[in-house]
Amino acid sequence: MYPVNTKLTRRRFIKGVIASGAAATSTSIWYAANGAERPPGSVERLIRINVNGQVRSVDVAPQETLASTLRYKLGLTGTKLGCNRGECGACTVLVDDIASYGCSILTHSVKAKRIETVEGLESANGDLHPVQQAFVEELSPQCGYCTPGQVMAAVGLLRANPNPTREEARQGMAGNICRCGSYDSYLNGVMRAAEIG
Amino acid sequence: MAYMHIGKDFVPPDVPGKVTGRIKYSEDYTREGMVYARLLTSPVPHGRVVNIDASAALAMDGVVGILTADDVYPDGEPQSTGLKILTNEPTLVGEPILAIAAVDEKTAETAMALISLTIERLPFVLDPLDSLREGGADAYSGGNTFVFRQGFAQEKWTSDQITSFQNGREPSAEPQQSWEYGDLEAGFASSDFIYETSFSTAGYPHMSMEPRSAMAYWENGKCYLHGTSQSLTALAEPMANIVGVPLEDFVFINEATGGGFGQRSRAASIPSMAIPARFSQKINRPVMMRVTREEEFTIGGARQGLQGWIKVGFKSNGAMAAMDMYCVSDSGGKGGGGDANSAAAGVSALYQAEAMRFRNTSIGTNTGHRGAQRGPGENQIMAIVAPIMDKAAEALGLDRLAIRKMNAAQNGDVSGSRSTPFTSAYMPECLEQAAEQFDWDGRKSRARQTNGSKVTGLGIGQGYHNAGRSGMDGIVRMLPNGRLQMHTGVGNLGTYSYASTSRAAAEVLKMSWDDCDIVTGRTDRHLAISSPQDGSNSIFTNTRTAYGAAQDMLAKMKEIAAMDLGGAAADYDIDGSRVYQITDDTVGMTYAAVAQRALELGGKFTGEAEVPEDLNSLTALSVSRLAGSALMGIYHDPRHAGNPPGFAVAMIEIELDTETGKFDIIELVNIAECGTVVHPQGLKNQLVGGAVWGIGLSVLERHLYDPQNGIPASTGFWQSKIPTYLDTPANIGTGWVDLPDPENPVGARGIGEPSMGSVSAALNAAISDALDGHLFDAAPVTTDMIINHVAGISEEAIPLAQNNFRG
Repeated sequence: MYPVNTKLTRRRFIKGVIASGAAATSTSIWYAANGAERPPGSVERLIRINVNGQVRSVDVAPQETLASTLRYKLGLTGTKLGCNRGECGACTVLVDDIASYGCSILTHSVKAKRIETVEGLESANGDLHPVQQAFVEELSPQCGYCTPGQVMAAVGLLRANPNPTREEARQGMAGNICRCGSYDSYLNGVMRAAEIG
Repeated sequence: MAYMHIGKDFVPPDVPGKVTGRIKYSEDYTREGMVYARLLTSPVPHGRVVNIDASAALAMDGVVGILTADDVYPDGEPQSTGLKILTNEPTLVGEPILAIAAVDEKTAETAMALISLTIERLPFVLDPLDSLREGGADAYSGGNTFVFRQGFAQEKWTSDQITSFQNGREPSAEPQQSWEYGDLEAGFASSDFIYETSFSTAGYPHMSMEPRSAMAYWENGKCYLHGTSQSLTALAEPMANIVGVPLEDFVFINEATGGGFGQRSRAASIPSMAIPARFSQKINRPVMMRVTREEEFTIGGARQGLQGWIKVGFKSNGAMAAMDMYCVSDSGGKGGGGDANSAAAGVSALYQAEAMRFRNTSIGTNTGHRGAQRGPGENQIMAIVAPIMDKAAEALGLDRLAIRKMNAAQNGDVSGSRSTPFTSAYMPECLEQAAEQFDWDGRKSRARQTNGSKVTGLGIGQGYHNAGRSGMDGIVRMLPNGRLQMHTGVGNLGTYSYASTSRAAAEVLKMSWDDCDIVTGRTDRHLAISSPQDGSNSIFTNTRTAYGAAQDMLAKMKEIAAMDLGGAAADYDIDGSRVYQITDDTVGMTYAAVAQRALELGGKFTGEAEVPEDLNSLTALSVSRLAGSALMGIYHDPRHAGNPPGFAVAMIEIELDTETGKFDIIELVNIAECGTVVHPQGLKNQLVGGAVWGIGLSVLERHLYDPQNGIPASTGFWQSKIPTYLDTPANIGTGWVDLPDPENPVGARGIGEPSMGSVSAALNAAISDALDGHLFDAAPVTTDMIINHVAGISEEAIPLAQNNFRG
């Protein structure tokens, strides 16, 4: 067995999604706790979420996924929808540093969390993040549709394990599919990013 | 030959956009006033729409319109196979019947539920042999096959003929299609080893990461369509025809495509993009049609499954003396696919069979529509033939590498029914390089060694595809600031060939890459047409056009210099920024000055006169719109001679656990023989990507349909399972032969498809090797098949089953 980033296990991810769902269904608790009166039959819609270090106010339906909010409400279309059912990883974003499927998280469940998308990785002066730079140098993408998800999975992996072995990287990236089959080139990119730091 | 750009790595200009998420795919666009279309699709595998009552849906707040087949085909639907935009005669589950648009998707989805659809169920069939059998259902209302220029027809075999075929014997029915060369009978008579079997290969979906979402709007009589394609220019005119708008009023916008793999090369294989265009025209609003993963499965296309019989004869020295092949091809719910013919042509090219016969019958089923998928035919058949090569080597006492060298294609060889000569061929060199990189001699003694329940298997695979076309066009422009504008029509589908082929123009003009701009992404940027970018042809085909356009520009530059500075054009040369006199390089003009002078001169220098007469219509339109804007190089590529092949060789070592049927790939190398290497990193990506696809074909991917209701059960990534990081090795070795092809100005040929066939063949051979040479005669060879074989269980198997499990 190779050591893996325990934060990235599928079990933990699924538990997170279940917990998110529970949080999303408990908005009445927020009203009770804040003494606010919610109109009968309605739910809270206008919420604030922290995306790429900015607090954004956004109108979110109760059943809305984070990927939908990012793409269609905030215009962050770097987050892709390849399957919209937790199979492919194209919608991977970081939630409190953990790589997570944006299609499988309710936006209401991440109000108190830090969300990072591929648009938030570049430095203020426009320098690419080391993972992005390494993916360019290794020509890791092919069609590029899965690339933002691969980038975010790699960033999450390297935050938890800055110097992975290639096998650890392979395990850590395993939640992201690439139909072009560019896995070898993505792994080259992850290993180079670890070197760049 | 020393090149500035050819053979050198570079950063294609779209890569930063891919790693930052800035590059836009069709669904990433929005437009003021945009509404959302949802599709109502067929719930049955074969039916006829009797009535549509959408009154309740259309009465809903927020619903803005409906589009039906009657809107699209007011004179009746075409009575042929092939995908339609919308239909009242669905022949597969999930085929779009109508679209409804609303101010948001939720409203559209809710409205959809209010539509009352009355549909008459018709008999359906999932396996071609079930349809061929007397009394079996037909996939189409007019029969179970479609004959070109004749229409629907019905093809039936007797039950005895079907059973005989399933039991491995030669089909006796008359085929729809056949060709042959050489003396087949004499070939088998001269053979010392003959292998005969029935075989099957599975159909499976393309599963591109980007669903085929599209958005369209109309402005000032022009239709703007954001969509996906393999080549935006090859697709533009036929798509304009499907939409029903003149080419000059159609703008196709396609900056990036999230995977093609054959299904997005032709407009006819992706006509659903016309739905938002037609809908937008009807309701006068921008329309976004988001396509779900499940919809992508049902309308996204699939590889053909083959049910076949094959007989191969080898002489004592290992030479393939005769090959006889008979296929029943699964044409799916919408017809289409020429995999069987390509399979036979591939065997002819790769193994140089001295005599060969090919026969085929195509039969429809009510499953996904079929069409080209990465190495259609060649890559399935190589997985079947490679273990047979090993069986022959064993029987004849030959090394497995040696028997492949004996049959290897080389310069001067021909292939196929027309004995077409290769433009060049270096398969022996490719085999040698793979053997060296893999250390075949060092590893081969490990074959079939056991370690507890695990056993080592080795495999050699070869891949082939015809990899080059011609007849396309090129446009380059030099601006008065000295920058080169390369108006490529090559699509951005992940191969980076849009950029790497353009480098041939920079090479001719000896220009720094920093002084060059690639103009592409939308047809109103006035592009030259490219090939459809299927069939591994982009590199060969489009370096020819880029090179030719730059040569035209170079000639004009020298002519202008001679005109202004004296002498003849032949007295001048270039250095990347100046045109100068060869005898006195102080006499010259900068590229910028030449471009400025061209604007003053006009005429042929700026595309206003003496334009090549045989330009394709899209290129001619582009040239007419660019005329007078800059110094222009314009080129129409004449036809080339011969067959430019793409070849690949893979070698694999696996360790197969006979208790679980699982295996690990210990070593995998994939070597290309594709002429001069244009872009090493891009080629490497094709080799590793092809390897991943080859693993999918060999052991994972297949259609699964519910036999009771005809409902697809493999609509997701984890059902028709595409390989993941964990299904593929952490390292894939790559390499290339790098010898130039004389029919291409920079020596290049294509590789995308052979790089998959080599690995599908090698992996099937390695599994066979690990199981003492057992031949499954099938692809994929799944874990359950391996376990059943080891356990000696055969009764679960359905002989030659298609679109289902195969025990």
